[in-house]
Amino acid sequence: MELQDKLLSSYVAFENHVDVNSDVHEIRSEALQNFEKVGFPSRKLEAWKYTSLNSVLKQDYSLFPSKVEAIELADVKKYFIHEIDAYKIVFINGKYSSFLSQTTHEHYDVCLMSSALTNPKYKAVIDKYFNKIAKQDNLTSLNTAFATEGAYINIPKNTEVKKPIQILNFTTGSQEATMLQPRNLIVVGENAQVQIIERHQSLTANPVLSNVVTEVFADKAANVDYYKIQNDETTASLVDNTYIEQQSNSVVSVHTFSFGGNITRNNLNFYQKGEHIDSILKGITIVEGKQHVDHHTLVHHIEPNCESHQDYKGIFNERSTGVFNGKVIVEKEAQKTNAYQQNNNVLISDKATINAKPQLEIFADDVKCSHGCTIGQLDEDALFYMQQRGIPKKEGKALLMYAFANTVLESVKIPEVKQRITKLIAKKLGVNLGFDL
Amino acid sequence: MLKIENLKAEIDGKAILKGLNIEVKAGEVHAIMGPNGAGKSTLANVIAGKEEYEVTEGSIELNEEDISELAPEERAHNGVFLSFQYPVEIPGVSVTNFIKTAINETRKAKGLEDMTAKDMLKMIREKSELLEIDRKFLGRSLNEGFSGGEKKRNEIFQMAMLEPKLAILDETDSGLDIDALRIVANGVNKLKSKDNAVIVITHYQRLLDYIVPDFVHVLHDGKIVKTGDASLALELEAKGYDWIKELA
Repeated sequence: MELQDKLLSSYVAFENHVDVNSDVHEIRSEALQNFEKVGFPSRKLEAWKYTSLNSVLKQDYSLFPSKVEAIELADVKKYFIHEIDAYKIVFINGKYSSFLSQTTHEHYDVCLMSSALTNPKYKAVIDKYFNKIAKQDNLTSLNTAFATEGAYINIPKNTEVKKPIQILNFTTGSQEATMLQPRNLIVVGENAQVQIIERHQSLTANPVLSNVVTEVFADKAANVDYYKIQNDETTASLVDNTYIEQQSNSVVSVHTFSFGGNITRNNLNFYQKGEHIDSILKGITIVEGKQHVDHHTLVHHIEPNCESHQDYKGIFNERSTGVFNGKVIVEKEAQKTNAYQQNNNVLISDKATINAKPQLEIFADDVKCSHGCTIGQLDEDALFYMQQRGIPKKEGKALLMYAFANTVLESVKIPEVKQRITKLIAKKLGVNLGFDL
Repeated sequence: MLKIENLKAEIDGKAILKGLNIEVKAGEVHAIMGPNGAGKSTLANVIAGKEEYEVTEGSIELNEEDISELAPEERAHNGVFLSFQYPVEIPGVSVTNFIKTAINETRKAKGLEDMTAKDMLKMIREKSELLEIDRKFLGRSLNEGFSGGEKKRNEIFQMAMLEPKLAILDETDSGLDIDALRIVANGVNKLKSKDNAVIVITHYQRLLDYIVPDFVHVLHDGKIVKTGDASLALELEAKGYDWIKELA
């Protein structure tokens, strides 16, 4: 059976496990109808021109893995940023793992979507925020239709979350392919601060497809610092749909580190609903083999006096492919907007491909918008220079790539995350450099 | 120290070096002069091992070992240093981090442990003082936005840090004002010892007022056509290169 049919026909069974009389379920059912209408995205859609999900959709996925599999902390410790004290919201095959998690309700809620969606205590927040900015499109609708579990984070105003929150989704399953649809909701109150680290990790060689939706609401003067670490098995694919709404004076930054996976698609959308907002979108992509990483970003400047900064670096080796599609819309009212976009790529092999497309739609006349896009190879003269000073070619290449990616690493605020990313890059490049850039 | 015999090299099928011979002994300073296009920079790059150049004949021996098949970094580990005519800019890597990496990679190749941070710092301090380099300068990205003089001074600073056996200075005087020239030359002179050797490649005699050569070679059309002492450089300065072309 085609995956789409399988999903649609599984809905009746799905409804046996959820409260079908709730407001949330009405949203789900509507989303299902929308998905039924539009189906999975094909390459005929402009937004999916360079990314084909065909091979991924062909798998016979288990949609609701029922078996709860226990995993030992020792086996998965390396996927956490374990050097720091942190809250942890951990799922195994989409099911909450209380053993690996550390949640709280003390000053703020760092807990589960399943309770937020069902417990009346959270109803007001859910009514106000759930599915309010998530787009009614193909994959987001699909996620909404089956939304039951994920991370729920609610930080009241004037509150600083003292330690980072890590959201981890593990997939096991020795027998079958698995599809997961985590749904996260993050509400950050006025003048509140939070740091979040998100990771999806397959622990099996079987195919995995994660279709994730995350909604983030940053109220006035809120500060959200979000890190997405993507370094998965080559049998695991990820579609990350993140929607961020910002109010006046808020600062939200998202760093996306895409180091591995089969097909990785990041739909990162920012909506600026106030003035003096700063939106920061940064990414480093380093892939090889036949891996594919697609960054689709949108920054919607709606009000005046706001800024956005995008800086994406990509290094593509072997037959890997990449897409960068950065769309900036500046509405007529959004005067004095300062929108900056930079996308630089290095192709290490002549079989690697990058499709880069900046898209600027500017309706205001007093704005500063810049965009730059480069595609190049490693500088042979620089390599010879380094070799001449005794640095072997492999290390020289790594050094050049580090240097290339460094502008993105610079803005990482959690030192342990920066260290981890530096290590991951070194590991990917197969070198051990004696210093941190 | 360095013995080059009948060296022939080409790039993209075009012959540049056409049977070149030179011998440099420890403790000596050799100057190689010649008109534009004679093959001076090619010689420097071929000794350093740049891959675009193909050695078709002859040998390059360093301390009686043929290095002509070695990778550039292996030649560097054996003590070859080339001060580039146009040092490359590497944004995102500071001078300090670059030189640390270079030193420790060289040590690693020799089976030595990394230099301790303390020793490294001490050495950086000493050598930067020698070249009159501001400490702030060392934190900047390598060669990025450096003036011509700063780039050359930085080359000699790296030479001081790496302590090579054979240093080749390729047009180190170009782009230098007289003060920078004096500082650079002074640095080179202080680094000179009976155990190392220097090859100065230059178009003009100017630098040789400060770094006095034991031998001056004139390169023309890929061959050494005349060798003499320091006075030959003065003669070239006065007479130009045309009479050399007639010699060949």
